[in-house]
Amino acid sequence: MAVAEVVPVFARRCQRLGHDVSHDDPMKPLLEVSNLRVHYHTLRGPVKAVDGVNFDLKAGERFSLVGESGSGKSTIALSLMRLIKPPGRIESGEVLLDGVNVMTLSEEQMRQLRLARIALISQGAMNSLNPVMRIKHQIADGLQSHGVRMSRQEAADRVGELLQWVGLRRQVADMFPHELSGGMKQRVCIAIAISLRPRVIIADEPTSALDVVVQRQVMETLRRVQEDLEASVILIGHDMGLMAQFADRVGIMYAGRLVENGPVRDIFSHPRHPYSQLLIASLPSLGKKGVFQGIPGFPPSLLDLPPGCVFHPRCPYAMDRCAGEDPVLRPVGFNHSAACHLLEEHQEATS
Amino acid sequence: MTALLEARHITKIFGGGLIKRHRTLALEDFSLSIGSGQPTITGVVGESGSGKTTMARLLLGLESLTRGEVLYQGKNLRRLSRTEWHAFRRDVQAIFQDPFEVYNSFYKVDHVLTIPIAKFRLANSKQESRALIEEVLQAVGLRPEETLGRYPHQLSGGQRQRVMVARALLLRPRLIIADEPVSMIDASLRATVLDNLRQLNEEFGISIIYITHDLTTAYQISHNIIVLYSGSVTEAGDVELVVGQPRHPYTRLLIGSIPLPDPDRRWSDESGRMSQVASRKQTGDGLGCRFADRCPHAFSLCLEKAPPLFQTSQHRATACYLYQDHPSIRREEMDKVFVWRTAS
Repeated sequence: MAVAEVVPVFARRCQRLGHDVSHDDPMKPLLEVSNLRVHYHTLRGPVKAVDGVNFDLKAGERFSLVGESGSGKSTIALSLMRLIKPPGRIESGEVLLDGVNVMTLSEEQMRQLRLARIALISQGAMNSLNPVMRIKHQIADGLQSHGVRMSRQEAADRVGELLQWVGLRRQVADMFPHELSGGMKQRVCIAIAISLRPRVIIADEPTSALDVVVQRQVMETLRRVQEDLEASVILIGHDMGLMAQFADRVGIMYAGRLVENGPVRDIFSHPRHPYSQLLIASLPSLGKKGVFQGIPGFPPSLLDLPPGCVFHPRCPYAMDRCAGEDPVLRPVGFNHSAACHLLEEHQEATS
Repeated sequence: MTALLEARHITKIFGGGLIKRHRTLALEDFSLSIGSGQPTITGVVGESGSGKTTMARLLLGLESLTRGEVLYQGKNLRRLSRTEWHAFRRDVQAIFQDPFEVYNSFYKVDHVLTIPIAKFRLANSKQESRALIEEVLQAVGLRPEETLGRYPHQLSGGQRQRVMVARALLLRPRLIIADEPVSMIDASLRATVLDNLRQLNEEFGISIIYITHDLTTAYQISHNIIVLYSGSVTEAGDVELVVGQPRHPYTRLLIGSIPLPDPDRRWSDESGRMSQVASRKQTGDGLGCRFADRCPHAFSLCLEKAPPLFQTSQHRATACYLYQDHPSIRREEMDKVFVWRTAS
């Protein structure tokens, strides 16, 4: 395919434009998020959408954030881009991208960082395309607003390369969004997101409105461009199957907290947090047919979180301690951590 | 024995009139009969635009037919008398996708439960009606004291959908048509709603048509499954056979594209090659097999004539010329290959 030839050309061009395409020490995290708290201030009090989340992301890593609706996944995505709008507010936290705390940047510095360093494919991104603008103008728009000066011919070439990169024909450039299918529109959004070769791509439910066959094509496209770019991806979603197919590492969110974070194989074969265990046990599979095991109870209201561990009212192993003391994420294996008192007691017993 | 509900060669074409000239063939020559044998769960799967929802709406009499007929106890839906129509509305219940839109947000959730009681005169007094409501809510695993008296926005999606299952159960129907009942519910609550549906089938002997794009959940609760592609049946039969050993190239593609929640079994390569085959938009009445333009096995015959159903095993029918050495069966005989057994 033409992509292989296109990429080096593209890389040279980016170098000319002054973008950094080399990558430094792979062991050092590319993105570090610490103690992130985002609250939405409503008349009934603060909604603690994200309440003390820590994680980091290495270069080239594919990290998945999973959780039910209202667990704070999308809020994390928006706060990494600093796109939280009132009544939401980032209460505290540090987001280090390549060692720079994005929380302290000015609005203009942040604007330059978005798309160039960290790009977001938002939920329902395909519906965010402007219906009265040709695809080529929508792709070139992002480039131009980041100071890339191109002649008309250069812009056409660049748009064509980007489209081919995501597996679309060059002719798509002259089309309008309504002429494209959902999967094609989503690929255009990927093309826009990668147009400035960002280091981090955040994809928030990129395939939630697509059929399984198309979903797979889009995910494979995303994976291919991610590998070409050696970028890191944060994939946000609720479909555990998709995460198992795509991610290197999975973080499980519940009621605004990260309750478990570990390598994808460990999470699926030996989930440690009771919520992760129940969530994985509740997944219907094609292999075995059995009695469904839903998780009893309901997710808590973010206005009025239970004291102690947020999951304790639904947890089958809850102890007295869980209602009083909030567990912190602690290591439970290589690169694997979980927030549960049960694991701590277990650790003490074994040591 | 007359079937409770029977679809005979139903076809629905949207558009094609003076105003909307563009014709869309939503469902083509579909036949199915339900409720003549044991109550079973029939899964109907397909991607968006495959005609699943059109089929549901045609069976419920919510949409007019272009060709064919839908029979309720042997009588055409359009020729039912007032009382027969009333009985049909009670025997055949629907559960829809969006558990928020069906509620009027100005009324408490009790409203959706008391209306059918009043309409079908199920109770003679307030106490009796209350007892009935509490009984059905408990049957779907909801606590009446936590559910009644609340407004829809105070319940979660899962709870709202379970209230809809309870409402359907209230009328003791013989058939429930559930159109994507769990697609808008969180994973942890999805299992509970599906379990409710299975329970309705097993304990109350209600047949269920479960329409979904999610093959895994269809596999979990259905006995038989029908795979639709672009308005026509590609494969149908025993769920174990269709999902376990799919024959039709489309079914194979569909099953190969499911993201399995198992990092050790990532997407296979064969279906990957197929998924790369670009699809052409089907319009009007195409002559050949509707999947031919995406099918890696397509040959000249596929483009000339739509394949009939071939009985590829005792309990499976496949509409594909790759299996033309098997005996062909008529479209209306599709349900003859179905299995009649209770869920394991």
